[in-house]
Amino acid sequence: MTPVEEVSALGWWGVPVAVLAGALRVSTPFLFVSLGECLTEKSGRINLGLEGNLVMGAMSGYGIAYLTGSPWLGVLVAGLAGMVLGAIHATICGRPRVNDIAVGIALMLFGVGLAFFLGKPFIQPKAPLLPSIELGWWSHIPQVRAALEVNTLFLIGLFLVPLMMWFLTRTRWGLIVRAVGENADAARAIGYPVNSVRFGSTVVGGFLAGVGGSFLSLYYPGSWNEGLSSGQGLMAVALVIFARWEPLRCLYAALLFGAAGSLGPALQSVGITQGYYLFNAAPYLLTLIIMIISSSPRRALAGAPGELSVMK
Amino acid sequence: MPEAAGEAVTAPRRGFFQSSVRSLESVAETLLVPTVALAASLVLFGVFLALIGTDPFAVYVSIYQGAFGSWFSWQNTLARAGPLMLTALCTALPARLGLIVIGGEGALVVGAVATVAAAAALAGAPSVAVITLMMLAGMGAGALWIGAAGWLRHYRGVNETIATLILNYIAIALMSQLVVGAMRDPTVVHRPSSWHVGEANMIGAIPGMDVHWGLALGVGVCVLLYILMQHTVFGFAAQIIGGNIRAARMSGIPVGLVTVVVCCLAGAAAGLAGAIEIAAVQGRASSSIVVGYGYTGILVAFVARQNPLAVIPVAILLGGIRASGGLLQRWHGLPDATVLVLQGIIFVLILASEPLYGRLHRLRARG
Repeated sequence: MTPVEEVSALGWWGVPVAVLAGALRVSTPFLFVSLGECLTEKSGRINLGLEGNLVMGAMSGYGIAYLTGSPWLGVLVAGLAGMVLGAIHATICGRPRVNDIAVGIALMLFGVGLAFFLGKPFIQPKAPLLPSIELGWWSHIPQVRAALEVNTLFLIGLFLVPLMMWFLTRTRWGLIVRAVGENADAARAIGYPVNSVRFGSTVVGGFLAGVGGSFLSLYYPGSWNEGLSSGQGLMAVALVIFARWEPLRCLYAALLFGAAGSLGPALQSVGITQGYYLFNAAPYLLTLIIMIISSSPRRALAGAPGELSVMK
Repeated sequence: MPEAAGEAVTAPRRGFFQSSVRSLESVAETLLVPTVALAASLVLFGVFLALIGTDPFAVYVSIYQGAFGSWFSWQNTLARAGPLMLTALCTALPARLGLIVIGGEGALVVGAVATVAAAAALAGAPSVAVITLMMLAGMGAGALWIGAAGWLRHYRGVNETIATLILNYIAIALMSQLVVGAMRDPTVVHRPSSWHVGEANMIGAIPGMDVHWGLALGVGVCVLLYILMQHTVFGFAAQIIGGNIRAARMSGIPVGLVTVVVCCLAGAAAGLAGAIEIAAVQGRASSSIVVGYGYTGILVAFVARQNPLAVIPVAILLGGIRASGGLLQRWHGLPDATVLVLQGIIFVLILASEPLYGRLHRLRARG
């Protein structure tokens, strides 16, 4: 099931196929976390702790799927776990003089620690995984067919992109979220409850990040262990800055990061084992380079919510 | 407003008395608020333990035993406190500028790699020279690592929190690559490791204690940097930048230079922690130096309210909690992540207690 095994028969053509497969698979957690973070940041607050939501989601989703036999129930519980962490973040940050970035770091460490603690019994057992949908029926090459096996969660993520765009730009509620994120004082003066709007945005963002985590444990790689997430939740936060707070650009960025993440294993599959760890670091380097290119010392980024603390 | 006016009238008469009461109050507050937050986290963690069916009181007794119960556990605690002080400085120093740097783990790792490289480059030289240069190499590498983040922050506007966190992952990937490639010692089989720095180049224990020199270095660096940040013009400039960056620019402070230098110092401290881990404990670079000193260091810095002097006792306290982890596994069958949960709860509550500052004064003013 791993891209490494799939492409080994294709020779050099295996690299692009594996990168495509990786882009479709590895991107799903990035997509969910970045969409959630996009919503939270639009309301003027940054939640740096989504890595904790992701790992908690992965653990609780896997645990529930194993205990109940239903992976979809696992996905739901993963989302709820993320929601709880989001609610803690929002409650603490709603108080005066609290730094949202610091709370994010604290909740990241707390979420990861709690997931490792509670997840200990689920490292060995095999939970039922999420089913996949075959989109490669037209091809006779098994590798291509395997690469095009996509998960329903990925399709849900694809559907969420236009939904979130519609919500943010075409609905009254979306307008309120953006107003609160742009200028809290002005929004308060009009009479919008700034803290409640941010609470809602952070909780929904936390839910999406939790669901993104369940993809890791319930589909790909499809097991629970302590090394499951390698900072995807964190990269997704950086990815939102790169995507300039646009859901559609979040999708492109998630696919790009997915492709970068599968470069190492893909090259290993054709026998290039030199620099394996360096190729694995490709997404981090990419994140850093993208941040350097897209930041500027003099002005706020185009599209940045005015209240966002990372941009000040 | 009426309150302020009344104060102004009576100020000449009660000025000295009032101001000394105020400063006493603020000292009491800086001690009281974190203590209350710590106590609340212990209660919350106790509830958590009770919920999963473990006796919280027995666990706390074990934590005390494992951390401070005997001279042996004190040694364990103090050996961990040294690197924690240094990684905490990596967060505490840039915090004076208003920056949140969380790259201590990465700076520690590159420091360790540089230390091993320096030892190899100087093989055969007298051990005093080798040890000195190993420490300098570790500090230099850490300084470059976090200094780069500071440079990017000031001259390119790159968010330092995300950048330093990403640099952590890059540092670990770099080390993983080096210990299976260029620096690999093929005679070590159980885990990919670099070559050994040589037994002669290991730094020993402080005389009379079974604790290595890392503790003394950690305390010394904390005191030095406290003096630098609190009692020099440079530290004052850093504080102005943190308070109001525009005012700092207006008064002619070279903001960019101060930012980069403070970040370099912060990175050097964490790099030194890496050098000590190599020269006093591990001897070679491998994945076993990535044990989360950097992340616990962030917590130490926040509990100490970014004060380099307060970092010392807090690092000992949290070093003690870390040291008791093994005991909790053996005696209570708790997973090794137990310490992470406790640390996480402490961190969250310390930050949640931030709005409590200033309450003491307001209470008095009202009464």
